[in-house]
Amino acid sequence: MKHSMDVQFEQEVEQLIKDIRQHYGYDFNGYARASVYRRVKRFLANNHLQTIPELREQVFSDSFFFEGFLQEITVNVTEMFRDPAFFLSLRQNVLPMLSTYPFIKIWDAGCSTGEELFSLAILLKEEGLLDRTKIYATDINQKVLKQAKEGIFSASNIASYTSGYYASGGKQEFASYYVSNYGSLKFDSSLIKNVVFYPHNLATDSTFNEFHLILCRNVLIYFNRELQERVFTLFDDSLVDLGYLALGKKETLAMSGIFSRYAFVDKENRIHRKTG
Amino acid sequence: MRKTPDLIVIGGSWGGIKASLEILQGLPEDYKIPIVLVLHRLRDQEGNLKQLFDKRLNLKVEEVEDKEAVCSGYVYIAPANYHVLLENDKSFSLDVSDLVNYSRPSIDVTFISAADTYGEGVIGILLSGASKDGSMGLKRIADAGGIALVQDPAEAEVAVMPLAAIEAVPTCSVQGLNSLKDYLLSLT
Ligand SMILES: C[S@@+](CC[C@H](N)C(=O)[O-])C[C@H]1O[C@@H](n2cnc3c(N)ncnc32)[C@H](O)[C@@H]1O
Repeated sequence: MKHSMDVQFEQEVEQLIKDIRQHYGYDFNGYARASVYRRVKRFLANNHLQTIPELREQVFSDSFFFEGFLQEITVNVTEMFRDPAFFLSLRQNVLPMLSTYPFIKIWDAGCSTGEELFSLAILLKEEGLLDRTKIYATDINQKVLKQAKEGIFSASNIASYTSGYYASGGKQEFASYYVSNYGSLKFDSSLIKNVVFYPHNLATDSTFNEFHLILCRNVLIYFNRELQERVFTLFDDSLVDLGYLALGKKETLAMSGIFSRYAFVDKENRIHRKTG
Repeated sequence: MRKTPDLIVIGGSWGGIKASLEILQGLPEDYKIPIVLVLHRLRDQEGNLKQLFDKRLNLKVEEVEDKEAVCSGYVYIAPANYHVLLENDKSFSLDVSDLVNYSRPSIDVTFISAADTYGEGVIGILLSGASKDGSMGLKRIADAGGIALVQDPAEAEVAVMPLAAIEAVPTCSVQGLNSLKDYLLSLT
């Protein structure tokens, strides 16, 4: 049995979620609760708050404070070439097919601070597709989108980024893509000259274009099954026939209603293709 | 009679693979309590863990998939690079947020989430390891009324993890692997 203190905490979080939707229009109702609870507790501790009522007071009186809360709930942790085997598979199994289109449209949904986006752009460049590709990079969180546009990443991860780049089939000197400066790496901005950045909320917004490839990795793990299904339908409506859908390494389409119309291109790396 | 526990969570790092194999090896394939295993690992051990356990256990072995239901008869292994959380509807959620105690998966994260979700129905076991990860989580399990077990540091390959656990949870029960194994067998 659950502890009564935990039960009370969970009830207060439910009310908080309802009131945030009312007050700010952000709908977290479909978010998987285990992570929400953990992040709320962490946010309380980091801000030296003891209780949800104390948190509410600030959240609803100070929109700047709410921004910080939003950052905490929408986990933004990301890296370049996360799962190099995925990027290698994209390079070998998907990009050659995309190259048959005169003009390619890609949606990077939940792009966070841009590490995944730049990794993708590097692949496209090396496969000769970057100039005829338009990428729509979206996230619920406007602050991370701003950072993504800058293309400045911490140099502390350079070793793992470099090995990830080569493991993903990298063909150049990785260092040719960035300039390093005081502990940070500034990536070549020409990589994102055909990228448009939009705030887009997968929980509430609709389809806005048609794409040949949609990447949405490590975003759906934060949603419950119902919201996941909404998002899968949204992606299904946004993909051309024979378009590709790439999910995170441990995210599955198998429980979804659209699954039967998709074939695995690479099961291990969760790359699917819309077949009918 | 006490009711059967709902979940067993096991954590370990250095020496934890061997130790957990030893206590799980004898369990029957229809064992009634689901088991979640959080082991720190080196990057080059990725993937092999499932095979390693699969070969030696009667239970079914799975790497945790997001939103998968928690079922008996299974040993669930935390995947590399993800924290594992437990939802109120008895399913798993994965999480890629920051490392905790330099680790992802972190034992603390899963133990705390298990205690929050299952309350007194949790058995937490900390095994051999060179990290202090897990002791906060074990404390939470004990505080929620669950059962806290720790491998005897004297026989652990690396004693750091058991010692930290004993310090954090003085009321825990310290046992050798053989006795842990018998205990788990006696539960169903
Ligand atoms: C863990 S990051 C994943 C980043 C990257 N795709 C990767 O795999 O490394 C999750 C991202 O999803 C975004 N996100 C969370 N909820 C969202 C929503 N409702 N709509 C769009 N993006 C969302 C977060 O802001 C965050 O940037």
